[in-house]
Amino acid sequence: MSPSTLLEERTAARPNPRQEEAAKAKGVAFGRGRALTFGRGLAGILALALAWEYAPRLELVNPYFFPPLHVVLQEWWAMAQSGELWRNVRSSLVRSGAGFGLAIAIAIPLGAAIAWYRPVREFLTPTLEVFRNTAALAILPVFTLILGIGETSKIAIVLYACFFPILLATIAGVATVDPQLLRSAKVLGMSPVTTFRKVVFPAAIPTIFTGIRISGAVSILVLIAAEYVGANAGLGFLISYSNANFLIPKMYAAILTTSALGLAVNYGLVWLERRFSRWRTA
Amino acid sequence: MSSRIQLSGVGQTFWVRGDEDKKLREFVALDGVDLDIAAGEFVTLVGPSGCGKSTILDLVAGLAKPSAGTLTIDGAPITGPGLDRSVVFQQYTLLPWRTAQANIELALEAKGGLTRRERAERASTYLDLVGLSEFANRYPHELSGGMKQRIAIARSLSYEPEVLLMDEPFGALDAQTRERLQEELLAIWERTGTTVVFITHDIDEAVFLGQRVAVMSARPGRIREVIAVDLDREGAGETDLRGTRQFAECRHQIWSLLREQQRPTLAQVGQEVHRVA
Repeated sequence: MSPSTLLEERTAARPNPRQEEAAKAKGVAFGRGRALTFGRGLAGILALALAWEYAPRLELVNPYFFPPLHVVLQEWWAMAQSGELWRNVRSSLVRSGAGFGLAIAIAIPLGAAIAWYRPVREFLTPTLEVFRNTAALAILPVFTLILGIGETSKIAIVLYACFFPILLATIAGVATVDPQLLRSAKVLGMSPVTTFRKVVFPAAIPTIFTGIRISGAVSILVLIAAEYVGANAGLGFLISYSNANFLIPKMYAAILTTSALGLAVNYGLVWLERRFSRWRTA
Repeated sequence: MSSRIQLSGVGQTFWVRGDEDKKLREFVALDGVDLDIAAGEFVTLVGPSGCGKSTILDLVAGLAKPSAGTLTIDGAPITGPGLDRSVVFQQYTLLPWRTAQANIELALEAKGGLTRRERAERASTYLDLVGLSEFANRYPHELSGGMKQRIAIARSLSYEPEVLLMDEPFGALDAQTRERLQEELLAIWERTGTTVVFITHDIDEAVFLGQRVAVMSARPGRIREVIAVDLDREGAGETDLRGTRQFAECRHQIWSLLREQQRPTLAQVGQEVHRVA
């Protein structure tokens, strides 16, 4: 009998850690087979696809504004073949990649300095609080005014939006390193620089990655919004352009591509995180 | 190989803010502590919680500076941490992202002057000393508490310090593991000849391990008495040392010393109330 509620799952009988240690084995929870989990997930996605296909066909929604899935997919395929899709995806990827990369390159060292040096922390914290609470999209016009409507302003807005999650995560990660580890580094006579390199930074990596993952999602979100206004390529441009010209299937195809891109970025970062913190779980 | 540690008139005060009156005042953690530890000696420090045992250890380790008095090692004042002393803490303080082997190598990296090969060899030697060669490639979360503490001990010994300072290292372990590690520690001590200062709140542990037991009193922390433990440790592997008469006498002596300074227990208060009524 496989457990189907959280209550049953969490309270199922299992060996305690000492018994697991004695047996040199891990307890197994039944009914949590990978195939079943995958199958159920797939069924959910299929249900969504069917709803998208048949709701317009049965005229539950207006098929002109909400075309059936196969129409959208056909359009998507045509765009992929003509190269239109790739051209737009590429320009979005370049912008969010550049902004995201710059944010990582600046926020991690700065966050580490803020957490490590008290005067730096006390000098910068109030200022950063002001900027952090200013929504990136609120100052989008400022970026456009100063940096023009070209690539620079779009990269800058992505950089700005990605910067704070990484910065805050780095500060938190460095500041919350187990003091016991620091004491033992001190006992070993390690210099502050060595301590930072060998103890503090590795300890902070998992926390920093939380920030990086948030920023990964933010980088696409903000870029799409920025491309709505003043761009001649990119997924955001494609969505707003198709919308304005009543190219409805094209709009949905662009939205689907955005989702796919978001998924790819997120899972890519998850994979990277696992690689960096393999020591956390067996 | 070993070292003579001398504490004379050592006092330590901290600034604290009162929980109730919110006023800054001085808190006297240690007051006039005198203690001489001979080279190669195994000394245990026992006392009620909050009596300043760990503060003494921090001072000897060089992690803190005393407010009064002097601490010397081989006649030279202690000014900071050094590789002639090493500390084993109660929390195992292993780096979770490094394997058992790499955790020991960390200490050797800090010491410097060794090639990668030499570090690896030395680390394996010490893993072997604590009987964990098979677990060289395990991460700390894959090891039991006792294993983690053995790795921490191996790490502390790996750079061959003259003094090993231990702050309730077995406090978080279950009774059987603790006994086994106590025996292992004694064997290692006999083999290496390192001076050991061992803090505990467990009287049995203090008597079992120490050649001398320094009994502390609380508020302000002072050394109340230093008791020489005279146990016949020959064939300790077979006989139950804890069951001998000498052990019991020693234990009782320390127990009485610690009991004298305690506040009346609940039972005593109860009797008092009864008598008044």
